[in-house]
Amino acid sequence: MIRLFVPFASLSALVVVLALVLTPPASAVAVDPNGRLKDPQKEALARDIMADIRCLVCQNQSIEDSNADLARDLRQVVRERVAAGDNPDQVKRYLVDRYGDWVLMRPPVDRRTYLLWGGPAILLFLGGALALANSRRKRAVAGRLSAEEEARVQSLLDEVNNP
Amino acid sequence: MSPELGHLSLWLAFGLAAIVAVVPLIGAHRGDARLMAVAEPLAVGQFLFVALAFAALTQAFIVSDFSVRLVVASSHTDKPLLYKISGVWGNHEGSLLLWMVILTLFAAAVAAFGRNLPVSFRARVLSVQSMIATGFLAFILFTSNPFERLIPAPPQGQGLNPLLQDPGLAFHPPLLYLGYVGFSIAFSFAVAALIDGRIGPTWARWVRPWTLAAWMALTAGIALGSWWAYYELGWGGWWFWDPVENASLMPWLAGTALLHSAIVVEKRDALKSWTILLAIMTFSLSLLGTFLVRSGVLTSVHAFATDPARGVFILALLALTVGGALTLYAWRAASLEASGLYRPVSREGMLVVNNLFLAVSAATVLLGTLYPLIVDGLLGEKITVAAPFFNTITVALAPGFLLAMAIGPLMAWKRGSLKSVVKDLRPAIVGTALFAVFTLVALDGEWAPLMGLVLGVWLVLATAMELAKRIKLFSTPPWVSLRRLVGLPKRQWGLTLGHLGLAVTILGIAGSEAFTVEKLVTVSRGQSVEAGPYTFIFEGVNPAAGPNYTAVEGHFRVQRGRQTVARLAPEERTYTSPPNTTTEAAIKPLWHGDLYAVVGEPEQGGWSARLYYKPLVSWIWAGAGLMVVGGAISLTDRRRRVGAPTRAKADRADASAGPKSVAAPAE
Repeated sequence: MIRLFVPFASLSALVVVLALVLTPPASAVAVDPNGRLKDPQKEALARDIMADIRCLVCQNQSIEDSNADLARDLRQVVRERVAAGDNPDQVKRYLVDRYGDWVLMRPPVDRRTYLLWGGPAILLFLGGALALANSRRKRAVAGRLSAEEEARVQSLLDEVNNP
Repeated sequence: MSPELGHLSLWLAFGLAAIVAVVPLIGAHRGDARLMAVAEPLAVGQFLFVALAFAALTQAFIVSDFSVRLVVASSHTDKPLLYKISGVWGNHEGSLLLWMVILTLFAAAVAAFGRNLPVSFRARVLSVQSMIATGFLAFILFTSNPFERLIPAPPQGQGLNPLLQDPGLAFHPPLLYLGYVGFSIAFSFAVAALIDGRIGPTWARWVRPWTLAAWMALTAGIALGSWWAYYELGWGGWWFWDPVENASLMPWLAGTALLHSAIVVEKRDALKSWTILLAIMTFSLSLLGTFLVRSGVLTSVHAFATDPARGVFILALLALTVGGALTLYAWRAASLEASGLYRPVSREGMLVVNNLFLAVSAATVLLGTLYPLIVDGLLGEKITVAAPFFNTITVALAPGFLLAMAIGPLMAWKRGSLKSVVKDLRPAIVGTALFAVFTLVALDGEWAPLMGLVLGVWLVLATAMELAKRIKLFSTPPWVSLRRLVGLPKRQWGLTLGHLGLAVTILGIAGSEAFTVEKLVTVSRGQSVEAGPYTFIFEGVNPAAGPNYTAVEGHFRVQRGRQTVARLAPEERTYTSPPNTTTEAAIKPLWHGDLYAVVGEPEQGGWSARLYYKPLVSWIWAGAGLMVVGGAISLTDRRRRVGAPTRAKADRADASAGPKSVAAPAE
């Protein structure tokens, strides 16, 4: 498996950059207002982190979106870590150490996911190249005369040249 | 009694489908008119029997016949009539039956309205459609019988998931199915065309209205589903990249590509092989969606019915249908040499770019949806692929796609000129540049949604310029332009409204992402909360009750300055059967944004509440509405209608000359 992914390694650098730059906006949600941190900046930071953490018992929801008890507990964990001064990477590391990569909404870019993150770019490139080559080939084929037509042209030319 | 009648009807439909799957195909091959003639009446018969079965099941739900297991599992006597009926498809067995109603409905429609199709072609289309029907009827009869009895009958049912008890969700599945099962017709047309080797502009003209109708229903279905999520799930989100949502988005993307590539086949007799492949893939993605949803391989919030044994059956059906079609394609596609040539910079070229982006988008959704399964299967490790991945890729693909989308309609066929398109678009380019500067200077927000706003404005302006050019606005006197506007072909409105619709949707998405103001508060009576330019004043709660729930109703008065603009009464409902609570958001849509309020649990010192001002959010669905309206106008275009008389005469003449002797007109 590892070998298979190596050719995409250089691409992955680009993908990492894209992934970091293109952070999409978090949908605005949350519950348990009483648990909020006093410092609005830290609360906002915690909320941003929550959007990237998966609620483990509910499928495809972040803990920011979910009403499940576990999500509530994890939200408190995130807030505690942020209050203790952790940066977002540290908070995520803390959770990944306990729950695995499964807990991250955004899959990390590594050998397992090169194909995922690079797939769309590869497809776009291959598809584009294929379409271009195809249209070129067809025009080339259409421009050429068949043997029969060649012969006819030749005989017409002969007639003109040797009346 | 009637459940047995329904069950019997299903068996009869199965028998008819099995006959139509084989006999007309042989007839078409041998040129035997009597065998081909079997197709039409039996296709209509299939539909009638499936519809009868559906009616029998619906009746069991309406009268709460608790001797039927399915009714017990998903109905309750206290439910309002609408939800007793929508309960029919609020479960695995019933939703499959609905799926079948639509599949056979489309076949019956081809039998009834496809009179202009050559006899042998129509026979083959109905055969292919009936093969699919046979497979899925077998699936229902052998693994998912909706009419199974439960003896002794319990006195009361278990009820329907309260989340599903909503008008939006009552109509969401039928529309969605009308869309993605409707693509089966494009599939059957493609396979039939591969069998008889006749594909050209005429074929494209036949297949396009059916595809367009299915596409409109799917667009409406997806929009309705996302609107439901927006107001029912109570946190104002409207798209979650949930596998089930993805399952409906993939055929939509592929179907949109198909609509565009069919134009190239129709006008220029090019891209034939690709269009056939797209028609096959579009329905295959619908089938894959059905498999993902119905088998429960991907557990998601939507998977109300899951049973792995059924998954194997559907997987086999999927492999047979898709595998069969693709094998046929591999065998026959080489004979579809295109005759329409074009330069890369041309209308055709731009439509290829459109198809490239849409196909890559569909593939990305597929990749992201299946990737966790693949990693789990190969490496035994669990990873999550969710919204952040899909959003990132969408944001990366959008600019190229929207650029091509804006200039494509202005490009000439065969050989276009970028220079002349830029000249035509000059006002749009200047306008977009000015707006971009304004955005950078005056608006505050994350860059991705702001870029979305700029792209949305660009698409609106470019689409308007294209229309202006068509009616020669400003280059002729206004009354001439007006006359040209009235006389525009209807399919032009399909283009203009379709593209404008997407632009409006993009503006809605970008605007709400960029500017939403959210307040998460604990409120006590009389307290006021500022959200953007609005002030929400909490006026207390009172208890409320519905037919099968009790609720706490909160009251908010919303002011802008001194003026009251809305009164919002969100509810938190508690259902007893099955026990569940749902939040009913209160929303006041204004043209520039929604006021959105949700009330939650009692907290120390008041009630928890979430209050939003969401600018432009309702434009998301307004845009989808525009797309559907554009499709509907385009569908009424006489020149494209299946039964248009001049066309029909020519095609009949073709047909009477015998199936094998006719090639597509332009070949």
